[in-house]
Amino acid sequence: MLKDLFPKKKRYATISPHPSARDKVPEGLMNKCKSCGEILLYKELEKHLKTCPRCGYHFSLTAYERLEMILDAGSFEEFDARLTTADPLDFPDYQEKLAKARAATELVDAVVTGRGTVDGLPLAIGVMDPRFVMGSMGVVVGERLARAGECSLRERIPLVIFAVSGGARMQEGIFSLMQMAKVSGVLARLAEEGILYISVLTNPTTGGVTASFAMQGDVNLSEPGAVIGFAGRRIIEAMIRQKLPDEFQTAEFVLQHGMLDKVVHRKEMRQTIAALLSLHAGEGECVGN
Amino acid sequence: MLATDLPFEKPLVELRMKIEELRRFTEDKGIDVSDEVAVLEAKARALADTIYRDLKPWQRVQIARHSDRPTALDYVRGMCEDVMELHGDRNFRDDPTVVGGIARFEGCPITFVGTQKGRDTKESIYRNFGMAHPEGYRKALRLMKQADKFGRPILCLIDTAGAYPGPAAEERGQGEAIARNLIEMFQLRVPVVAVITGEGGSGGALGLGIGDRILMLEHAYYSVIAPEAAATLLWKDPSQGERAAERMRITAADLKAFGVIDAVVAEPFGGAQRAPAEMIAALKVAVRESLDMLRRLPRADLLALRQHRYRMMGSFGELPEEGDLPEVDVPLPTLQE
Ligand SMILES: [Zn+2]
Repeated sequence: MLKDLFPKKKRYATISPHPSARDKVPEGLMNKCKSCGEILLYKELEKHLKTCPRCGYHFSLTAYERLEMILDAGSFEEFDARLTTADPLDFPDYQEKLAKARAATELVDAVVTGRGTVDGLPLAIGVMDPRFVMGSMGVVVGERLARAGECSLRERIPLVIFAVSGGARMQEGIFSLMQMAKVSGVLARLAEEGILYISVLTNPTTGGVTASFAMQGDVNLSEPGAVIGFAGRRIIEAMIRQKLPDEFQTAEFVLQHGMLDKVVHRKEMRQTIAALLSLHAGEGECVGN
Repeated sequence: MLATDLPFEKPLVELRMKIEELRRFTEDKGIDVSDEVAVLEAKARALADTIYRDLKPWQRVQIARHSDRPTALDYVRGMCEDVMELHGDRNFRDDPTVVGGIARFEGCPITFVGTQKGRDTKESIYRNFGMAHPEGYRKALRLMKQADKFGRPILCLIDTAGAYPGPAAEERGQGEAIARNLIEMFQLRVPVVAVITGEGGSGGALGLGIGDRILMLEHAYYSVIAPEAAATLLWKDPSQGERAAERMRITAADLKAFGVIDAVVAEPFGGAQRAPAEMIAALKVAVRESLDMLRRLPRADLLALRQHRYRMMGSFGELPEEGDLPEVDVPLPTLQE
C-alpha cells in the first residue's frame, strides 16, 4: 500500500507497513485500545483506518500513513526530504536525540511535506509526525511548511496541514519560536492571494503550533477526541490547583467554544477534504463581475 | 537588604550598609574616619563594577523581572504626549493585562499596545501578573488595525512571562488569539516597532511582537520557554532555571548576534529599575531612530521586508542525498546560511 504512494524513487531505507513502535502489543498482530481496552487485531485496526471499531478511539498515525489515507494513490511527490536542523544553539545532547528519533522513525524531522492530489484536485500538503521528538516544531518543520505554502502560492493550489505537536522544539530555542512567525508570514500571503488553507488539528496539538498555523485555517478541522490547547493540562492544573474535567481541551470542547469548524471522523476525512477542495475550485467566477 | 535588591547584589548591598553605618558613627562620635570611608567606597565601586559588568543570563532574568522597572504605561507616559488609553476587544471584555491607545510621539500620533505588570500585590493581581488572556491579544489587534486604518505607526511594549495558562483562556481560544495576531500583524501597512522591555515569554510575547524593528533592553530576555519550565522539561527540576537560562541563549546580546532582534538598548548601570527616567529617555531615542528609519521606506517595501525578516529565521542543512539514514551516527549538516 505504501509502495503505491512512492512510485518515483525510494527516499528512505525501508518503510515498514506500520513503523510505529509505540502503541503496539505483540509485534504487528494485536493492539489494545487505549480508550476502551478492547484487543484489536492489527488487520481489523487497519481496516478501520486505525480507529477503534468499538469506541471510535483514534490511534495516532505516522505522517506517511496519514498521507496514504488522504491522497490519491501514487500522487505524492515529497519536497525537501533531506532538510535538517543546523542545531543553532549547539544544544547539549540534541544531536543524539535527533539520531535516536531518526533511527526510530526513519524520518529526518517531524514533518513530511509535498504535493499531491485528492480526487484529482491538486494541493500542497504538510503532515506532522507525532513520533519525532513529540512532533515538536523547530527550524525544519517551519521551513518545510513555509516551502509547502510557497508551492501553494506559486501554483495557486490549496494548502492542507495536518498538525500534531507537543509544541516548540525547546532545543532550538528562539529559532523554534520564530518558526511560528515564519509559517504565519507565508499563510498571510496565502490569505491575501485568496488561496484556501485547511488546517487539521490531530491528537495532540498544543503550544506554539496551536498558537500559529494550526489555528489559522480558513477551515479548521479535527478528529474526535483529539487534545487541542495552548497551555498543557498539567500546567493549567498546577496554576489553578484544581483537576480539570476530562473533556477539557478535547476537539469537541474546542468545537463547542468556537475555535474549530468541524470534528471529522477519520473515515470521513478524505471526503471532507475533497469536498472542501471542490467547493473552492475555480477563481470566483460565480460571483459575477 | 531591601526587598527590591536581588540575591546576587547582596555583597554590594551589605558593603553599602557598612559604609552608611560608619558614616553615622562618625557623625555621632565626631571622629574622622573619612579615609576609611573613601577606601570602602572605592571597594564598593569596584564590586559594583564586577557584579554588573558581566551579568550572567540568570541574573539578567532576575533584573528583567524586577518590579521597579518601568511598565508599558510608564514608558508611554514618559515618551509621549496626549496619551489616551483605549479599552476593550469589542467582543468579550477589557483585559487589564494588555494596555493600548493613542499618543503623540515627537509630534506624530502613534498607536501603542503593551503588556502591563503591576508594582504592588494588588495591582499585580489586577494586571494578572502581566499574563494576557485571549481578549487581551484581540484588544491589541483591534487597536493595531485601527492604527492601520488611520496610518499611525505602532509601538509594541512587551513584558510578559507568557500568555496566561488558565481554563478560561483556553475556553476563549488563547491559541487562536495569538495565531490570529501573527497572521494579521504581517498585513499591517504601517511601521511596527516592538520592544522587549523585560520578559519576552514565548508565544505570549510573539503575539504582540511581529514587527519591522525589534528592540530589546539590555537585561531583557526573550525565550521560547521560561527557563524554569525548560529546566522542568530537560532535567525534571524547576530549580535548574539558572542552567537552562545559560543553555537557551535568551539574552539581548545572544539574540542580536542571532539576528532575531535589531538592536539592544543599553540600560542604566545596574538595570532600568535603578534609574527609570534614564531608561525611558534612552528608549525614546531608540524608538525615534527606528521610526525615522521605517518612515522612509515605501509601504510595499515595508511589508516585503517584514515578510523577508521572518522567512529567513533559522539556518538548516541537508543530510546526504543517497543511502540509508545512519543508525546512530548522524553526520553534521552542512550549513546553507
Ligand atoms: Zn476502543
